[in-house]
Amino acid sequence: MLELFAFGDTGWGDELLKGFGVTVALAVVTLPIGILLGFLIAMASMSKNSTLHWFGIGYTTVFRGIPELLTLFTVYNGAALLLNRLAKFANPEAGFVELSPFVAGVVSLSLVFGAFSAEVLRGAFQALDKGQVEAGLAVGMTRIDVFRRVKLPQVWRFALPGLGNLWVNLIKDTALVSIISLDDLMRMTQVAVGFTKKPFTFFLAACLAYWAICALSEVVAARLETRANRGVRRA
Amino acid sequence: MDFINVIITFWPKLLHGLGLTLLLTGLSAVLAGAISLPLAVFRTTAGPWAQFPMRLYISFMRGTPLLGQLFLIYYGSGQFRAELQSIGLWSFFRDPFNCAVLAFTLNSTAYQIEILRGGLMGVPAGQIEAARAIGMSKLQAYARVILPHTYRIAQPALGNEIILLMKGSAVASVITIFDLMGETKTVFAKTFDFSIYLWAALIYLAVTTLFVRGWRYLEKRLNPHLAGHAPAEAAKPAMGTR
Amino acid sequence: MNITRRLAAFAAIATISLAAGLGAASAEDKLIRIGTEGAYPPFNFIDQSGKLAGFDVEIGMALCEQMKAKCELVAQDWDGIIPALVAGKYDVIIASMFITEERKKVVSFSDPYYAAAMTHVTAKGSDIKDFSDAGLAGKAVGAQSSTTQADYVQKVYPGADIRLYKTQDEANLDMANGRLDVMVGDVIPLLDWATKTEDGKCCELVGEPITDPAFVGDGVGMAVRQEDNELRESLNKALAEIIANGTYKTINDKYFTINVKTMKKE
Repeated sequence: MLELFAFGDTGWGDELLKGFGVTVALAVVTLPIGILLGFLIAMASMSKNSTLHWFGIGYTTVFRGIPELLTLFTVYNGAALLLNRLAKFANPEAGFVELSPFVAGVVSLSLVFGAFSAEVLRGAFQALDKGQVEAGLAVGMTRIDVFRRVKLPQVWRFALPGLGNLWVNLIKDTALVSIISLDDLMRMTQVAVGFTKKPFTFFLAACLAYWAICALSEVVAARLETRANRGVRRA
Repeated sequence: MDFINVIITFWPKLLHGLGLTLLLTGLSAVLAGAISLPLAVFRTTAGPWAQFPMRLYISFMRGTPLLGQLFLIYYGSGQFRAELQSIGLWSFFRDPFNCAVLAFTLNSTAYQIEILRGGLMGVPAGQIEAARAIGMSKLQAYARVILPHTYRIAQPALGNEIILLMKGSAVASVITIFDLMGETKTVFAKTFDFSIYLWAALIYLAVTTLFVRGWRYLEKRLNPHLAGHAPAEAAKPAMGTR
Repeated sequence: MNITRRLAAFAAIATISLAAGLGAASAEDKLIRIGTEGAYPPFNFIDQSGKLAGFDVEIGMALCEQMKAKCELVAQDWDGIIPALVAGKYDVIIASMFITEERKKVVSFSDPYYAAAMTHVTAKGSDIKDFSDAGLAGKAVGAQSSTTQADYVQKVYPGADIRLYKTQDEANLDMANGRLDVMVGDVIPLLDWATKTEDGKCCELVGEPITDPAFVGDGVGMAVRQEDNELRESLNKALAEIIANGTYKTINDKYFTINVKTMKKE
């Protein structure tokens, strides 16, 4: 049984580990892009400008309302089509522009992560105490200073539990990218199953690996929360 | 083919797919709802050691991709075909629809236990004491006081869970089920027309929106005394993905 | 307006540089680059030494020898195999590609170098003998999605319970598990699976091969860029020659027990 997971040519250990690496890379690359996007969308939906406001609301409604798998297919097939039309338009002799599964994965997971994190961040901004902002301005801080030194640290604190949850969801969602043939953990598991005909063994191993990252993430998130909440008085 | 013609030609397929998506989601949500209630009561009353297996189960279900769970049940069951046949269960696992319902039910049960646990713990202790004080038995207190209150508290979160389950059910398409996602993929493979994805997105959005409306209406009927108040934290729309 | 003009200028420059590039390529002395997938045994695969091998590859090499040309092999994923030909990554695809109307819109095909055929697979001892829609009504019929065989089962067996899989492997797995009553796929890979693999032992190829040109096209051909008529014609000529001089038969017999040009036993 263990020899199935051996490294080298005899077992699937190295292939699965490579897939695991791709899964982690996908999540790690998506996270900052997704948070940045979520931040911008949160800003838009809190904006007084009604176009921006409705764009923000519409964006979060759409990307939270449709299945992640559908977003992924739409990006993978649709964006590739769009890119090629643009390339052909710019240069009729242009060759084929390929949207790699990794890029398609990062783009679609970021779109989804952006929508969910926008809601978390919006909630965090709205939970801010207005008096603190006024106090900051009163002691002579500039608006940028207030944002950087008063608002951000607290938004971070309020948003952390929500973002931690979203990170776990992101890791799980990366598995969907296997369906568009990215060699992530789930896909390498399927390849191994194709050769060994031991589906239960390998899918269980893959699930345990995802479980391990998620459990580890929860521990790290709890640490970060404790750190972010240091100095906060408890009622 | 253009945006309009695609839907004129293929709407019966999408409609059929939508029916299957709703059936998968509804069946799994109801089954999970029935299983999770006694488990949630157990989760709030049993000691930590008795709870340990359940907590492990919940953690596993929430810490692994639904796609992995589905593969584990669908393809994984094939590894034990002989054993399953000998106890007469293979005919159940042979059908992909059954496997999907099983996977979604097991998954949703984990989430619904935690939601109901939150509801059970939110029932004020005074109410339970009052129920016992006027002579209700434990069972009566649960049936008449605790559970009605629990479901009122948990109702918004349960609505979220059903939406997440419906979105998650799109993975059923990878085990050969022609749900809305599956039908959409076959239409795309035939036409290479990308607008079919946009139509599918519109349909999913419409279903989600209608469901949210209906659920809110139900919420108002269940909690008339809260009408006009800001929705509770749990009532906020879907806060996760699968 | 301004942007359009700039794009037009960009397009013009790009066109010129591309044309220059093409000129340089054709001036070179008859180097032909062959693109293949390398993941479709026994037609094309990576052998233990890491080199491309298989029936397609050997046919390609024999053609090169016949044409007295220098050849080079390039591996390319199936999904991008036509776009990369058009973009000029190689000059000809020899990768067991069915000649279909869809593909003809983008590339030109040589004469077929082997016959395309699909087959039904059932479990050994299965009582299914009638491969009509009525005979398969309600039966679980599987195929790989986005393929000609998926088209076939959907059109010919509307009354069956159709199951489409992302890969042939997954379909094979469910066939071996007994979830499928019938599977439809390409003859040669399925023959390989049913006769040479452990889990394929469950099953056998049954019925007449499906050769309806409406589904399998005109056979399997080599694809070249539409403007490369000269290369197409010299490939056709060389193909006829290696069939006439017996080279084709030697390669055929190395891999198969039937003649893949006719799909019949000799």
